[in-house]
Amino acid sequence: MSRIKTLQDLFRRYRRPGDFVIAFLSFAFALFLAANLPFQTTWVARTKLFAQPAFWPTVAIAFMVLFSTLHMIGALVSERIPGRLAEVMQWIRAIEYALWFMAYVLLVPILGYLPATLVFTVTLTLRLGYRGWRWMLAAVVFGAAVVILFKTFLHVKIPSGAAYELMPPGALRSFFLTYL
Amino acid sequence: MDAFLSGLHMILVPEVALALLVGSLGGVIIGAIPGVGAAVAIAILLPATFSFEPIVGLTMLLGIYGSSMYGGSLPAILINTPGTPVNALTTYDGHPMTKRGEALRALGLAYGASFVGGILSIVALIVLSPVLAKVAPMFGSREIFLAALLGIVLVVVAHRGQTFAAGSLAAFGVFLGTIGLEPVKYTQRYTFGFDFLASGVDLIVVVLGLFAVSQAFVLLVDPDHAPKSQHVSGNMFKAMLGVFRHKRIASVGSSFGVLMGMIPGVGEFTAQFLTYTYAQKTSKDPDAFGKGSPEGLVASESANNAVPAAAMIPLLALGIPGEALTAMMLSVFYVHNVVPGPGLFRDHLDFIYALYIAMILLNVLVVIFVGLSSNLLMKIIQIPTRFLGMTILTLAFVGVYSLRNSVTDAMLAAGFGLLGLVLKRQNLPIVPIILGIVLGGIMEVKLRSAMARVKTPLDFVDRPIAAFLAFAIVAMIVIHFWGIVRERRLSEPESAHDHDIHDSQQG
Repeated sequence: MSRIKTLQDLFRRYRRPGDFVIAFLSFAFALFLAANLPFQTTWVARTKLFAQPAFWPTVAIAFMVLFSTLHMIGALVSERIPGRLAEVMQWIRAIEYALWFMAYVLLVPILGYLPATLVFTVTLTLRLGYRGWRWMLAAVVFGAAVVILFKTFLHVKIPSGAAYELMPPGALRSFFLTYL
Repeated sequence: MDAFLSGLHMILVPEVALALLVGSLGGVIIGAIPGVGAAVAIAILLPATFSFEPIVGLTMLLGIYGSSMYGGSLPAILINTPGTPVNALTTYDGHPMTKRGEALRALGLAYGASFVGGILSIVALIVLSPVLAKVAPMFGSREIFLAALLGIVLVVVAHRGQTFAAGSLAAFGVFLGTIGLEPVKYTQRYTFGFDFLASGVDLIVVVLGLFAVSQAFVLLVDPDHAPKSQHVSGNMFKAMLGVFRHKRIASVGSSFGVLMGMIPGVGEFTAQFLTYTYAQKTSKDPDAFGKGSPEGLVASESANNAVPAAAMIPLLALGIPGEALTAMMLSVFYVHNVVPGPGLFRDHLDFIYALYIAMILLNVLVVIFVGLSSNLLMKIIQIPTRFLGMTILTLAFVGVYSLRNSVTDAMLAAGFGLLGLVLKRQNLPIVPIILGIVLGGIMEVKLRSAMARVKTPLDFVDRPIAAFLAFAIVAMIVIHFWGIVRERRLSEPESAHDHDIHDSQQG
């Protein structure tokens, strides 16, 4: 057991660059929630403390303030680990992919599940730097497989696309509307 | 015996068999891919299972849960990268064995130990179930409240070095659970006037965001890399029989797995540690541990595979999930208006047996599959990480959007995805948030009903189980502080410890 010496090692986690930023953000968020307590919860007359609708939000926010204050004090008195800005930049970079995800969500009701998924998988694969027909084929096969598995076979609730309505009436149109 | 036969009858239907097959084989593959764990897969599949019968949906999710650790030991042993967090300890002895040219033996032992751990734990629980059925009804409102509180305390103190962050995340989870229109006095809580917040923050949306979407983001922002290949040759089934040379350790591992699995929040890691320590202390060659000891490998893999069956106990008997995966399974029950709790054990023992029989079948299926397909699996898992990120994001969409076709749900999931990315990169835990939401809701309801009959604070703990739970809560907090003081006195340099053991924890 060369690297694990105590039971604590299996549970213990160590600080990383950016710890102060997250400590500060969680502290600020906890204070924001605490400041809103009187406006966002109600204390009802003639009701016992434990049955008050405001009781649990108050308890939760009190603990958030307590723990995030302690976390921030801990981060303030700890030695600074270099690389804070680079770490925060990584967080910001992830927003791009959140926007990709939202674009996909907005595209589905317009284009329909199958076309939107194929557009999403292929363009994102290109964006990630994969080139060549093998990767494109992999993205198309994967996208189609997901749609066929979930929509065609498992019938998950995803609305049919507005674009399908433009197809000429017939069996193909109703197949698209129902299964893809 | 009648209940057992009735349970057997429940699972002998084609839908359950298919769910079992898909869950177990899918779980092995998912577990073997570093970066995707059972949590991601269960989060994605959860909404799809809502349209199934509870037994079908649960069998599939249990299949993924139980089999992912088998898959996770493959890259742990061959390429020193644990497939799932609980295979981290497996790398310590498994990979050195591979380097010595004993890859087949190491894999065989890991699979064999997993099988023994899995089966022994289920058999133990089948035998124990009638006892649990007698004990479970003794849990009234106050006992369930205290057990949920114990779960929260455990999940906070278990994150040593990050206790404050874990505490604030657990409290954040409790807070998230309170948002919306509360059902007793019909007042709004933290809705800020937004309609979409009136119905509360959906647990599934949070789970999908924190586990699946965030994992996609983590993979997408990091540089691309693909696990390298490693070939294994020889008869795997013969190698699995090697575990019978370590019967004692495998049985101890299973026992610790069952005992620790029942305690919320601490399952696999504690069971593994206790078994590993026991194996080392009683070994003829303790110095070999960490350098490729077969005994260490058996200890690690038998203990973690005994946990899933035991982790179902607090969920089924009390309705209290101990960790994120069982918290997700709880929502399957809720969707079908089945509330797990003491009544389930008393009135539906056949359902419990059906789940256990499914788990036995699952272990048999998986052991045959991994015995035949280790080389094939190594090929499948060589997907480059950023492409994998794209696939997870595509799948996460199905989970979020199929719930109620809501764009705001998708925005919330993306927001929680970003939060999850920050937490994962900061090595901070996600599980406290999920347990906070689920256990917070349970605590609110149970405390309200318990306080109706409590006049003085001592009334709250005047029943034996309540007193025991209250004592356990106090003891856990005291032990935590005592541990910190002792650690300070030892004052070992930070570099003496393994800082990255939790790196793959989140997958």
